[in-house]
Amino acid sequence: MAEPLLAVQGVSRRFGGLLAVNGVSLSAAQGRITALIGPNGAGKTTLFAVIAGFLKPSDGTVRYGGEDVTGEPPHRLARRGVARTFQIVQPFAGLTVRENIRVGAHLHHRAREAALAAAEQVAREVGLTDMLDRPADTLTVAGRKRLELARALATEPKLLLLDEVLAGLNPSEIRDIVPVIQGLRNRGITILMIEHVMQAVMSLAEHVFVLAEGRIIAAGTPAQVAADPAVIEAYLGHGAAAKLGAGHGH
Amino acid sequence: MKAFAPIAVVIALLAAVPLIVHSNVTLNFLVVALMIALAGQGWNILGGYGGQYSFGHAAFFGTGAYVTAILQVRYGVNAWLAFGLGIAASAALGALIGGLTFRSGLRGSYFALVTLAFAEVLRIVASVAPITGAGVGTLIKLDLRAEALQFESRAMFYWVILALVAVALIITHLIERSRFGAWLIAVRENEDAAMALGVDATAVKLAAMTISGAITAAAGCFYVQYFLFVDSGIAYGTWISIEALLTPIIGGAGTVFGPLLGALVVKALGEGALMVVTGEAPGLDLVVFGCVLVLVIWFSPRGLIGVGAELRKRFRRAGTRPVAQEARHG
Repeated sequence: MAEPLLAVQGVSRRFGGLLAVNGVSLSAAQGRITALIGPNGAGKTTLFAVIAGFLKPSDGTVRYGGEDVTGEPPHRLARRGVARTFQIVQPFAGLTVRENIRVGAHLHHRAREAALAAAEQVAREVGLTDMLDRPADTLTVAGRKRLELARALATEPKLLLLDEVLAGLNPSEIRDIVPVIQGLRNRGITILMIEHVMQAVMSLAEHVFVLAEGRIIAAGTPAQVAADPAVIEAYLGHGAAAKLGAGHGH
Repeated sequence: MKAFAPIAVVIALLAAVPLIVHSNVTLNFLVVALMIALAGQGWNILGGYGGQYSFGHAAFFGTGAYVTAILQVRYGVNAWLAFGLGIAASAALGALIGGLTFRSGLRGSYFALVTLAFAEVLRIVASVAPITGAGVGTLIKLDLRAEALQFESRAMFYWVILALVAVALIITHLIERSRFGAWLIAVRENEDAAMALGVDATAVKLAAMTISGAITAAAGCFYVQYFLFVDSGIAYGTWISIEALLTPIIGGAGTVFGPLLGALVVKALGEGALMVVTGEAPGLDLVVFGCVLVLVIWFSPRGLIGVGAELRKRFRRAGTRPVAQEARHG
Protein backbone atom coordinates (compact mmCIF):
# COMPACT_ATOMS: atom_id res chain seq x y z
CA MET A 1 0.00 0.00 0.00
CA ALA A 2 1.07 3.53 -0.72
CA GLU A 3 1.45 6.32 1.82
CA PRO A 4 -1.06 6.25 4.68
CA LEU A 5 -3.90 8.79 4.47
CA LEU A 6 -2.50 10.67 7.45
CA ALA A 7 1.16 10.77 8.35
CA VAL A 8 2.39 12.82 11.30
CA GLN A 9 6.16 13.20 11.30
CA GLY A 10 8.18 14.44 14.25
CA VAL A 11 5.53 16.85 15.46
CA SER A 12 6.26 18.90 18.58
CA ARG A 13 4.14 21.53 20.21
CA ARG A 14 5.44 23.79 22.90
CA PHE A 15 3.40 26.02 25.22
CA GLY A 16 5.94 28.36 26.78
CA GLY A 17 8.20 26.08 28.79
CA LEU A 18 5.95 23.05 28.47
CA LEU A 19 6.61 20.61 25.68
CA ALA A 20 3.12 19.14 25.36
CA VAL A 21 3.88 17.03 22.30
CA ASN A 22 7.44 15.92 21.72
CA GLY A 23 8.58 14.62 18.34
CA VAL A 24 5.52 12.46 17.69
CA SER A 25 5.22 10.40 14.55
CA LEU A 26 2.15 8.34 13.79
CA SER A 27 0.04 7.37 10.84
CA ALA A 28 -3.50 6.38 10.04
CA ALA A 29 -3.89 3.83 7.27
CA GLN A 30 -6.60 4.32 4.67
CA GLY A 31 -9.88 2.70 5.60
CA ARG A 32 -8.78 1.61 9.08
CA ILE A 33 -9.55 2.59 12.64
CA THR A 34 -6.45 3.79 14.43
CA ALA A 35 -6.56 4.63 18.11
CA LEU A 36 -4.46 7.06 20.11
CA ILE A 37 -4.47 6.25 23.80
CA GLY A 38 -2.55 7.52 26.79
CA PRO A 39 -2.96 8.75 30.35
CA ASN A 40 -4.50 12.13 31.14
CA GLY A 41 -2.27 15.02 30.16
CA ALA A 42 -0.30 12.93 27.69
CA GLY A 43 -0.86 15.47 24.91
CA LYS A 44 -3.45 13.59 22.88
CA THR A 45 -5.86 16.48 22.44
CA THR A 46 -3.00 18.86 21.66
CA LEU A 47 -1.81 16.48 18.97
CA PHE A 48 -5.34 16.33 17.57
CA ALA A 49 -5.54 20.11 17.53
CA VAL A 50 -2.30 20.20 15.53
CA ILE A 51 -3.54 17.60 13.04
CA ALA A 52 -6.88 19.39 12.58
CA GLY A 53 -5.23 22.78 12.10
CA PHE A 54 -6.35 24.43 15.35
CA LEU A 55 -2.76 24.71 16.56
CA LYS A 56 0.40 25.18 14.56
CA PRO A 57 3.13 22.70 15.46
CA SER A 58 6.38 24.10 16.84
CA ASP A 59 8.17 21.50 14.77
CA GLY A 60 7.43 18.62 12.41
CA THR A 61 5.04 18.04 9.53
CA VAL A 62 1.53 16.73 8.99
CA ARG A 63 0.91 15.02 5.68
CA TYR A 64 -2.56 14.18 4.47
CA GLY A 65 -3.39 12.37 1.24
CA GLY A 66 0.25 12.65 0.18
CA GLU A 67 0.39 16.43 0.63
CA ASP A 68 2.01 18.58 3.29
CA VAL A 69 -0.83 20.26 5.17
CA THR A 70 1.13 21.47 8.19
CA GLY A 71 -0.39 24.60 9.70
CA GLU A 72 -3.32 24.78 7.29
CA PRO A 73 -6.37 26.36 8.95
CA PRO A 74 -9.20 24.04 10.04
CA HIS A 75 -11.71 25.20 7.47
CA ARG A 76 -9.36 24.37 4.61
CA LEU A 77 -8.56 20.98 6.05
CA ALA A 78 -12.29 20.36 6.35
CA ARG A 79 -12.62 21.07 2.65
CA ARG A 80 -9.90 18.49 1.98
CA GLY A 81 -11.91 15.94 3.92
CA VAL A 82 -10.61 16.14 7.49
CA ALA A 83 -13.33 16.36 10.15
CA ARG A 84 -13.01 16.31 13.90
CA THR A 85 -15.19 16.05 16.96
CA PHE A 86 -14.40 17.82 20.21
CA GLN A 87 -13.70 16.10 23.51
CA ILE A 88 -15.80 18.73 25.25
CA VAL A 89 -18.84 18.72 23.02
CA GLN A 90 -19.42 22.00 21.23
CA PRO A 91 -22.99 22.00 19.97
CA PHE A 92 -24.51 25.14 18.47
CA ALA A 93 -26.64 25.30 21.60
CA GLY A 94 -29.32 27.67 20.35
CA LEU A 95 -30.05 25.63 17.23
CA THR A 96 -31.98 22.43 16.68
CA VAL A 97 -30.25 19.15 15.95
CA ARG A 98 -31.28 19.49 12.31
CA GLU A 99 -29.79 22.99 12.03
CA ASN A 100 -26.61 21.84 13.77
CA ILE A 101 -26.02 19.08 11.27
CA ARG A 102 -27.05 21.36 8.40
CA VAL A 103 -24.03 23.60 9.07
CA GLY A 104 -21.70 20.68 8.33
CA ALA A 105 -23.73 19.63 5.29
CA HIS A 106 -23.38 23.10 3.78
CA LEU A 107 -19.71 22.39 3.10
CA HIS A 108 -20.70 20.41 0.03
CA HIS A 109 -24.28 21.54 -0.49
CA ARG A 110 -24.88 25.19 -1.23
CA ALA A 111 -28.68 25.03 -1.35
CA ARG A 112 -30.61 25.02 1.91
CA GLU A 113 -32.91 22.16 0.88
CA ALA A 114 -30.01 19.94 -0.20
CA ALA A 115 -28.16 20.62 3.06
CA LEU A 116 -31.26 19.86 5.14
CA ALA A 117 -31.84 16.62 3.23
CA ALA A 118 -28.21 15.61 3.74
CA ALA A 119 -28.53 16.44 7.44
CA GLU A 120 -31.52 14.13 7.76
CA GLN A 121 -29.64 11.31 6.12
CA VAL A 122 -26.68 11.71 8.47
CA ALA A 123 -29.03 11.82 11.45
CA ARG A 124 -30.43 8.46 10.40
CA GLU A 125 -26.94 6.99 10.21
CA VAL A 126 -26.04 7.98 13.78
CA GLY A 127 -29.51 7.39 15.23
CA LEU A 128 -30.65 10.97 15.83
CA THR A 129 -33.70 10.90 13.58
CA ASP A 130 -36.15 11.20 16.47
CA MET A 131 -34.37 14.25 17.86
CA LEU A 132 -34.02 16.30 14.66
CA ASP A 133 -36.23 19.13 15.87
CA ARG A 134 -35.03 19.22 19.47
CA PRO A 135 -32.84 22.15 20.51
CA ALA A 136 -29.27 20.88 20.80
CA ASP A 137 -28.99 22.00 24.42
CA THR A 138 -31.79 19.66 25.48
CA LEU A 139 -29.87 16.54 24.40
CA THR A 140 -28.35 14.12 26.90
CA VAL A 141 -24.58 13.58 26.95
CA ALA A 142 -24.99 10.55 24.70
CA GLY A 143 -27.15 12.59 22.34
CA ARG A 144 -24.60 15.39 22.22
CA LYS A 145 -21.82 12.95 21.41
CA ARG A 146 -23.91 11.62 18.55
CA LEU A 147 -24.53 15.15 17.40
CA GLU A 148 -20.78 15.87 17.35
CA LEU A 149 -20.36 12.80 15.22
CA ALA A 150 -23.27 13.70 12.95
CA ARG A 151 -22.02 17.23 12.29
CA ALA A 152 -18.57 15.96 11.43
CA LEU A 153 -20.03 13.29 9.14
CA ALA A 154 -22.16 15.86 7.36
CA THR A 155 -18.97 17.39 5.95
CA GLU A 156 -18.45 14.07 4.11
CA PRO A 157 -14.98 13.44 5.53
CA LYS A 158 -12.36 11.03 4.30
CA LEU A 159 -10.52 11.21 7.62
CA LEU A 160 -12.48 11.44 10.84
CA LEU A 161 -10.73 12.52 14.04
CA LEU A 162 -12.77 11.41 17.05
CA ASP A 163 -11.74 12.94 20.36
CA GLU A 164 -13.22 10.74 23.10
CA VAL A 165 -16.65 10.24 21.61
CA LEU A 166 -17.31 7.49 24.15
CA ALA A 167 -16.18 9.36 27.27
CA GLY A 168 -18.99 10.01 29.73
CA LEU A 169 -21.27 7.36 28.24
CA ASN A 170 -22.62 4.41 30.21
CA PRO A 171 -21.90 0.85 29.05
CA SER A 172 -25.19 0.44 27.23
CA GLU A 173 -24.72 3.75 25.42
CA ILE A 174 -21.23 2.63 24.42
CA ARG A 175 -22.65 -0.63 23.09
CA ASP A 176 -25.06 1.41 21.01
CA ILE A 177 -22.50 3.68 19.43
CA VAL A 178 -19.68 1.22 18.71
CA PRO A 179 -21.53 -0.31 15.73
CA VAL A 180 -22.11 3.19 14.36
CA ILE A 181 -18.35 3.80 14.30
CA GLN A 182 -17.75 0.38 12.74
CA GLY A 183 -20.32 1.25 10.11
CA LEU A 184 -18.40 4.40 9.20
CA ARG A 185 -15.20 2.43 8.78
CA ASN A 186 -17.03 -0.09 6.59
CA ARG A 187 -18.15 2.82 4.43
CA GLY A 188 -14.49 3.61 3.80
CA ILE A 189 -13.93 6.48 6.23
CA THR A 190 -10.52 6.44 7.83
CA ILE A 191 -10.76 6.99 11.57
CA LEU A 192 -8.25 8.21 14.10
CA MET A 193 -9.70 8.15 17.58
CA ILE A 194 -8.56 9.28 20.98
CA GLU A 195 -10.16 6.99 23.50
CA HIS A 196 -10.03 6.14 27.17
CA VAL A 197 -12.59 3.36 27.13
CA MET A 198 -10.22 0.41 26.63
CA GLN A 199 -13.00 -2.07 25.96
CA ALA A 200 -13.98 0.00 22.93
CA VAL A 201 -10.40 0.48 21.77
CA MET A 202 -9.88 -3.27 21.93
CA SER A 203 -12.96 -4.03 19.88
CA LEU A 204 -12.68 -1.18 17.37
CA ALA A 205 -9.09 -0.30 16.63
CA GLU A 206 -6.80 -2.17 14.31
CA HIS A 207 -3.73 -0.22 15.27
CA VAL A 208 -2.97 1.62 18.50
CA PHE A 209 -0.47 4.35 19.36
CA VAL A 210 0.24 5.06 22.99
CA LEU A 211 1.18 8.60 23.97
CA ALA A 212 2.64 9.41 27.38
CA GLU A 213 4.21 12.68 28.46
CA GLY A 214 4.17 13.91 24.88
CA ARG A 215 5.95 10.93 23.32
CA ILE A 216 4.84 7.79 21.54
CA ILE A 217 5.92 4.99 23.88
CA ALA A 218 4.34 2.03 22.12
CA ALA A 219 2.51 1.09 18.95
CA GLY A 220 0.96 -2.06 17.56
CA THR A 221 -2.21 -4.09 17.66
CA PRO A 222 -4.47 -3.55 20.69
CA ALA A 223 -3.32 -6.86 22.19
CA GLN A 224 0.34 -5.95 21.73
CA VAL A 225 0.14 -2.57 23.41
CA ALA A 226 -2.03 -3.88 26.25
CA ALA A 227 0.71 -6.34 27.10
CA ASP A 228 3.55 -3.83 26.71
CA PRO A 229 5.27 -3.17 30.06
CA ALA A 230 5.98 0.43 29.10
CA VAL A 231 2.27 1.04 28.58
CA ILE A 232 1.31 -0.54 31.88
CA GLU A 233 3.87 1.60 33.67
CA ALA A 234 2.63 4.75 31.99
CA TYR A 235 -0.89 4.10 33.22
CA LEU A 236 -0.25 2.54 36.62
CA GLY A 237 3.07 4.01 37.70
CA HIS A 238 6.70 2.97 37.88
CA GLY A 239 7.24 -0.69 38.74
CA ALA A 240 3.61 -1.62 38.15
CA ALA A 241 4.40 -3.99 35.31
CA ALA A 242 6.78 -6.01 37.49
CA LYS A 243 4.31 -6.17 40.37
CA LEU A 244 1.51 -7.30 38.08
CA GLY A 245 3.80 -9.95 36.62
CA ALA A 246 4.76 -11.22 40.13
CA GLY A 247 1.22 -11.38 41.47
CA HIS A 248 -0.27 -13.21 38.53
CA GLY A 249 -2.05 -15.84 40.59
CA HIS A 250 -4.78 -13.25 41.20
CA MET B 1 -42.34 33.47 -2.34
CA LYS B 2 -44.67 32.40 0.44
CA ALA B 3 -41.86 32.98 2.90
CA PHE B 4 -41.88 36.68 2.08
CA ALA B 5 -45.55 37.06 2.98
CA PRO B 6 -45.00 38.34 6.55
CA ILE B 7 -42.65 41.04 5.26
CA ALA B 8 -45.13 42.03 2.54
CA VAL B 9 -47.97 42.28 5.06
CA VAL B 10 -46.00 44.35 7.58
CA ILE B 11 -44.73 46.73 4.92
CA ALA B 12 -48.17 47.08 3.33
CA LEU B 13 -49.73 47.93 6.68
CA LEU B 14 -47.05 50.47 7.49
CA ALA B 15 -47.28 51.95 3.99
CA ALA B 16 -50.96 52.68 4.55
CA VAL B 17 -50.32 54.76 7.67
CA PRO B 18 -49.84 58.17 5.93
CA LEU B 19 -53.15 57.65 4.13
CA ILE B 20 -54.90 57.65 7.50
CA VAL B 21 -52.62 59.71 9.71
CA HIS B 22 -51.94 63.24 8.51
CA SER B 23 -50.36 64.67 11.63
CA ASN B 24 -46.84 65.85 10.85
CA VAL B 25 -45.77 65.16 14.41
CA THR B 26 -46.83 61.53 14.19
CA LEU B 27 -45.28 61.07 10.75
CA ASN B 28 -42.07 62.67 11.93
CA PHE B 29 -42.00 60.29 14.87
CA LEU B 30 -42.50 57.31 12.56
CA VAL B 31 -39.84 58.48 10.10
CA VAL B 32 -37.29 58.74 12.90
CA ALA B 33 -38.35 55.38 14.35
CA LEU B 34 -37.96 53.70 10.96
CA MET B 35 -34.58 55.34 10.50
CA ILE B 36 -33.45 53.90 13.83
CA ALA B 37 -34.95 50.55 12.83
CA LEU B 38 -32.84 50.63 9.67
CA ALA B 39 -29.67 51.38 11.63
CA GLY B 40 -30.61 48.52 13.96
CA GLN B 41 -31.22 46.19 11.05
CA GLY B 42 -27.64 46.79 9.98
CA TRP B 43 -26.36 46.05 13.48
CA ASN B 44 -28.57 42.96 13.61
CA ILE B 45 -26.76 41.27 10.70
CA LEU B 46 -23.41 41.40 12.45
CA GLY B 47 -24.50 41.41 16.10
CA GLY B 48 -27.76 39.49 16.03
CA TYR B 49 -26.91 36.81 13.50
CA GLY B 50 -23.11 36.86 13.78
CA GLY B 51 -22.80 37.43 17.53
CA GLN B 52 -20.20 40.17 17.02
CA TYR B 53 -21.38 42.98 19.29
CA SER B 54 -20.34 46.27 17.78
CA PHE B 55 -20.48 49.31 20.04
CA GLY B 56 -19.46 51.59 17.23
CA HIS B 57 -22.02 51.40 14.47
CA ALA B 58 -21.97 55.19 14.50
CA ALA B 59 -18.89 54.77 12.32
CA PHE B 60 -21.14 53.51 9.51
CA PHE B 61 -24.09 55.80 10.17
CA GLY B 62 -21.80 58.82 10.25
CA THR B 63 -19.76 57.87 7.22
CA GLY B 64 -22.94 57.36 5.21
CA ALA B 65 -24.23 60.73 6.38
CA TYR B 66 -21.02 62.66 5.74
CA VAL B 67 -20.29 61.11 2.34
CA THR B 68 -23.83 61.87 1.17
CA ALA B 69 -23.62 65.45 2.44
CA ILE B 70 -20.09 66.30 1.36
CA LEU B 71 -20.45 64.87 -2.16
CA GLN B 72 -23.53 67.03 -2.72
CA VAL B 73 -22.32 70.23 -1.09
CA ARG B 74 -18.69 70.27 -2.15
CA TYR B 75 -18.68 68.29 -5.39
CA GLY B 76 -22.17 68.88 -6.74
CA VAL B 77 -22.93 65.18 -6.99
CA ASN B 78 -26.57 64.22 -7.49
CA ALA B 79 -28.27 63.31 -4.21
CA TRP B 80 -29.35 59.84 -5.27
CA LEU B 81 -25.85 59.00 -6.47
CA ALA B 82 -24.37 60.49 -3.29
CA PHE B 83 -26.75 58.35 -1.28
CA GLY B 84 -25.50 55.21 -3.03
CA LEU B 85 -21.87 56.25 -2.65
CA GLY B 86 -22.44 56.89 1.05
CA ILE B 87 -23.63 53.32 1.44
CA ALA B 88 -20.69 52.02 -0.63
CA ALA B 89 -18.18 54.01 1.43
CA SER B 90 -19.51 52.53 4.66
CA ALA B 91 -19.47 49.03 3.22
CA ALA B 92 -15.80 49.60 2.42
CA LEU B 93 -15.24 50.95 5.93
CA GLY B 94 -16.94 47.83 7.32
CA ALA B 95 -14.59 45.63 5.32
CA LEU B 96 -11.63 47.67 6.52
CA ILE B 97 -12.52 47.63 10.24
CA GLY B 98 -13.57 44.00 9.96
CA GLY B 99 -10.34 43.09 8.23
CA LEU B 100 -8.26 44.76 10.92
CA THR B 101 -10.18 43.36 13.90
CA PHE B 102 -11.17 39.86 12.76
CA ARG B 103 -7.84 39.08 11.16
CA SER B 104 -6.09 39.91 14.40
CA GLY B 105 -8.52 37.58 16.15
CA LEU B 106 -10.38 40.10 18.31
CA ARG B 107 -13.53 38.59 19.81
CA GLY B 108 -16.18 39.53 22.32
CA SER B 109 -15.61 42.60 24.42
CA TYR B 110 -12.31 43.37 22.68
CA PHE B 111 -14.14 43.61 19.40
CA ALA B 112 -16.79 45.80 21.00
CA LEU B 113 -14.17 48.17 22.41
CA VAL B 114 -12.26 48.45 19.16
CA THR B 115 -15.41 49.32 17.21
CA LEU B 116 -16.22 51.95 19.82
CA ALA B 117 -12.71 53.34 19.42
CA PHE B 118 -13.07 53.54 15.64
CA ALA B 119 -16.30 55.51 15.95
CA GLU B 120 -14.79 57.87 18.52
CA VAL B 121 -11.69 58.48 16.41
CA LEU B 122 -13.89 59.27 13.42
CA ARG B 123 -15.96 61.63 15.56
CA ILE B 124 -12.91 63.53 16.72
CA VAL B 125 -11.43 63.70 13.22
CA ALA B 126 -14.77 64.91 11.82
CA SER B 127 -14.98 67.60 14.49
CA VAL B 128 -11.70 69.20 13.32
CA ALA B 129 -11.28 68.28 9.64
CA PRO B 130 -12.15 71.17 7.26
CA ILE B 131 -13.91 68.92 4.72
CA THR B 132 -16.64 67.97 7.21
CA GLY B 133 -17.20 71.59 8.17
CA ALA B 134 -15.43 70.81 11.44
CA GLY B 135 -17.30 72.16 14.47
CA VAL B 136 -19.86 73.99 12.35
CA GLY B 137 -21.08 70.93 10.48
CA THR B 138 -22.39 70.63 6.94
CA LEU B 139 -25.67 72.07 5.73
CA ILE B 140 -27.38 70.80 2.59
CA LYS B 141 -29.18 73.37 0.49
CA LEU B 142 -32.94 73.14 0.59
CA ASP B 143 -34.05 71.85 -2.81
CA LEU B 144 -37.46 70.26 -2.59
CA ARG B 145 -37.37 68.16 -5.75
CA ALA B 146 -37.45 64.38 -6.11
CA GLU B 147 -34.22 64.60 -8.17
CA ALA B 148 -32.51 66.07 -5.13
CA LEU B 149 -34.03 63.39 -2.88
CA GLN B 150 -35.96 66.00 -0.93
CA PHE B 151 -39.71 66.10 -0.60
CA GLU B 152 -42.18 68.65 0.56
CA SER B 153 -44.45 66.10 2.20
CA ARG B 154 -43.45 64.08 5.20
CA ALA B 155 -45.37 61.16 3.70
CA MET B 156 -42.90 60.86 0.80
CA PHE B 157 -39.97 60.75 3.20
CA TYR B 158 -41.89 58.19 5.19
CA TRP B 159 -42.33 55.96 2.14
CA VAL B 160 -38.67 56.33 1.20
CA ILE B 161 -37.43 55.19 4.62
CA LEU B 162 -40.08 52.46 4.67
CA ALA B 163 -38.81 51.20 1.30
CA LEU B 164 -35.27 51.10 2.70
CA VAL B 165 -36.49 49.18 5.73
CA ALA B 166 -38.31 46.77 3.41
CA VAL B 167 -35.14 46.15 1.40
CA ALA B 168 -33.23 45.50 4.62
CA LEU B 169 -35.94 43.09 5.80
CA ILE B 170 -35.71 41.17 2.54
CA ILE B 171 -31.90 41.06 2.69
CA THR B 172 -32.09 39.79 6.27
CA HIS B 173 -34.61 37.15 5.33
CA LEU B 174 -32.50 35.97 2.39
CA ILE B 175 -29.40 35.81 4.58
CA GLU B 176 -31.27 33.87 7.23
CA ARG B 177 -32.16 31.12 4.77
CA SER B 178 -28.86 31.02 2.90
CA ARG B 179 -25.71 29.02 3.43
CA PHE B 180 -23.96 32.24 4.42
CA GLY B 181 -26.59 32.75 7.10
CA ALA B 182 -26.19 29.22 8.45
CA TRP B 183 -22.44 29.77 8.65
CA LEU B 184 -22.87 33.16 10.29
CA ILE B 185 -25.16 31.74 12.98
CA ALA B 186 -22.76 28.85 13.48
CA VAL B 187 -19.94 31.34 14.10
CA ARG B 188 -22.13 33.12 16.65
CA GLU B 189 -22.96 29.89 18.46
CA ASN B 190 -19.46 28.43 18.50
CA GLU B 191 -16.63 29.70 16.36
CA ASP B 192 -14.28 26.72 16.86
CA ALA B 193 -16.96 24.19 16.05
CA ALA B 194 -17.88 26.18 12.96
CA MET B 195 -14.29 26.20 11.75
CA ALA B 196 -14.05 22.45 12.25
CA LEU B 197 -17.02 22.11 9.92
CA GLY B 198 -15.29 23.99 7.14
CA VAL B 199 -16.53 27.49 7.90
CA ASP B 200 -14.02 30.24 7.15
CA ALA B 201 -15.03 32.23 10.24
CA THR B 202 -12.94 35.29 9.39
CA ALA B 203 -14.36 35.58 5.87
CA VAL B 204 -17.92 35.08 7.13
CA LYS B 205 -17.59 37.78 9.80
CA LEU B 206 -15.94 40.13 7.33
CA ALA B 207 -18.80 39.74 4.85
CA ALA B 208 -21.33 40.26 7.64
CA MET B 209 -19.62 43.45 8.77
CA THR B 210 -19.59 44.78 5.21
CA ILE B 211 -23.32 44.17 4.74
CA SER B 212 -24.00 45.45 8.25
CA GLY B 213 -22.07 48.66 7.61
CA ALA B 214 -23.90 49.25 4.33
CA ILE B 215 -27.37 48.93 5.89
CA THR B 216 -26.62 51.14 8.88
CA ALA B 217 -25.05 53.66 6.50
CA ALA B 218 -28.33 53.89 4.58
CA ALA B 219 -29.91 55.22 7.78
CA GLY B 220 -27.19 57.87 8.00
CA CYS B 221 -27.61 58.84 4.35
CA PHE B 222 -31.33 59.18 4.94
CA TYR B 223 -30.75 61.29 8.06
CA VAL B 224 -28.90 63.87 6.01
CA GLN B 225 -31.58 64.05 3.33
CA TYR B 226 -34.28 64.41 5.96
CA PHE B 227 -32.71 66.92 8.32
CA LEU B 228 -30.36 68.55 5.75
CA PHE B 229 -27.68 68.96 8.38
CA VAL B 230 -24.95 66.86 9.92
CA ASP B 231 -22.17 67.49 12.40
CA SER B 232 -19.69 65.21 14.15
CA GLY B 233 -21.84 64.70 17.25
CA ILE B 234 -24.84 63.57 15.21
CA ALA B 235 -22.91 61.50 12.69
CA TYR B 236 -20.45 59.68 14.90
CA GLY B 237 -22.01 60.25 18.34
CA THR B 238 -22.55 57.35 20.71
CA TRP B 239 -26.32 57.99 20.60
CA ILE B 240 -26.64 56.18 17.30
CA SER B 241 -24.26 53.37 18.29
CA ILE B 242 -26.47 52.76 21.31
CA GLU B 243 -29.78 52.98 19.48
CA ALA B 244 -28.49 50.73 16.68
CA LEU B 245 -27.76 47.97 19.19
CA LEU B 246 -30.58 48.60 21.67
CA THR B 247 -33.40 48.30 19.17
CA PRO B 248 -32.47 44.84 17.87
CA ILE B 249 -31.64 43.54 21.34
CA ILE B 250 -34.94 44.77 22.77
CA GLY B 251 -36.93 43.68 19.73
CA GLY B 252 -35.14 40.37 19.25
CA ALA B 253 -31.55 40.06 18.03
CA GLY B 254 -31.01 37.60 15.22
CA THR B 255 -34.60 37.81 14.01
CA VAL B 256 -35.92 39.44 10.86
CA PHE B 257 -38.44 41.74 12.57
CA GLY B 258 -36.59 42.31 15.85
CA PRO B 259 -35.04 45.71 15.02
CA LEU B 260 -38.26 47.10 13.54
CA LEU B 261 -40.34 46.02 16.52
CA GLY B 262 -37.69 47.22 18.95
CA ALA B 263 -37.40 50.63 17.30
CA LEU B 264 -41.14 51.24 17.28
CA VAL B 265 -41.57 50.20 20.91
CA VAL B 266 -38.49 51.97 22.23
CA LYS B 267 -39.21 55.18 20.35
CA ALA B 268 -42.85 55.17 21.44
CA LEU B 269 -41.87 54.70 25.07
CA GLY B 270 -39.22 57.41 24.79
CA GLU B 271 -41.77 59.85 23.34
CA GLY B 272 -44.30 58.82 25.96
CA ALA B 273 -41.87 59.51 28.76
CA LEU B 274 -41.12 62.97 27.41
CA MET B 275 -44.83 63.71 27.19
CA VAL B 276 -45.58 62.56 30.73
CA VAL B 277 -42.76 64.59 32.21
CA THR B 278 -43.58 67.98 30.75
CA GLY B 279 -40.83 70.41 29.95
CA GLU B 280 -37.20 69.78 29.29
CA ALA B 281 -35.92 66.46 30.54
CA PRO B 282 -32.81 65.69 28.53
CA GLY B 283 -31.74 62.07 28.68
CA LEU B 284 -35.08 60.86 30.01
CA ASP B 285 -35.59 58.71 26.92
CA LEU B 286 -32.25 57.02 27.67
CA VAL B 287 -33.47 56.17 31.16
CA VAL B 288 -36.53 54.59 29.58
CA PHE B 289 -34.35 52.63 27.12
CA GLY B 290 -32.29 51.34 30.02
CA CYS B 291 -35.32 50.19 31.99
CA VAL B 292 -36.87 48.50 28.97
CA LEU B 293 -33.58 46.75 28.23
CA VAL B 294 -33.32 45.39 31.76
CA LEU B 295 -36.92 44.17 31.73
CA VAL B 296 -36.62 42.52 28.34
CA ILE B 297 -33.37 40.74 29.16
CA TRP B 298 -34.87 39.64 32.45
CA PHE B 299 -38.12 38.20 31.14
CA SER B 300 -37.36 37.33 27.55
CA PRO B 301 -33.68 37.20 26.64
CA ARG B 302 -34.62 36.71 23.01
CA GLY B 303 -36.34 40.07 22.90
CA LEU B 304 -39.93 41.21 22.55
CA ILE B 305 -40.37 38.98 19.52
CA GLY B 306 -39.55 36.01 21.74
CA VAL B 307 -42.09 36.89 24.45
CA GLY B 308 -44.74 34.61 22.96
CA ALA B 309 -42.35 31.69 22.56
CA GLU B 310 -40.99 32.26 26.06
CA LEU B 311 -44.48 32.14 27.60
CA ARG B 312 -45.36 29.03 25.61
CA LYS B 313 -42.12 27.35 26.70
CA ARG B 314 -42.76 28.11 30.37
CA PHE B 315 -46.32 26.92 30.07
CA ARG B 316 -45.30 23.71 28.33
CA ARG B 317 -42.45 23.06 30.74
CA ALA B 318 -44.82 23.41 33.66
CA GLY B 319 -47.29 21.02 32.05
CA THR B 320 -44.98 18.27 30.84
CA ARG B 321 -42.25 18.02 33.42
CA PRO B 322 -42.61 14.27 34.11
CA VAL B 323 -42.46 13.43 30.39
CA ALA B 324 -39.27 15.43 29.93
CA GLN B 325 -37.73 13.56 32.85
CA GLU B 326 -38.60 10.21 31.33
CA ALA B 327 -37.17 11.19 27.98
CA ARG B 328 -33.89 11.96 29.67
CA HIS B 329 -33.63 8.42 30.97
CA GLY B 330 -34.73 6.85 27.69
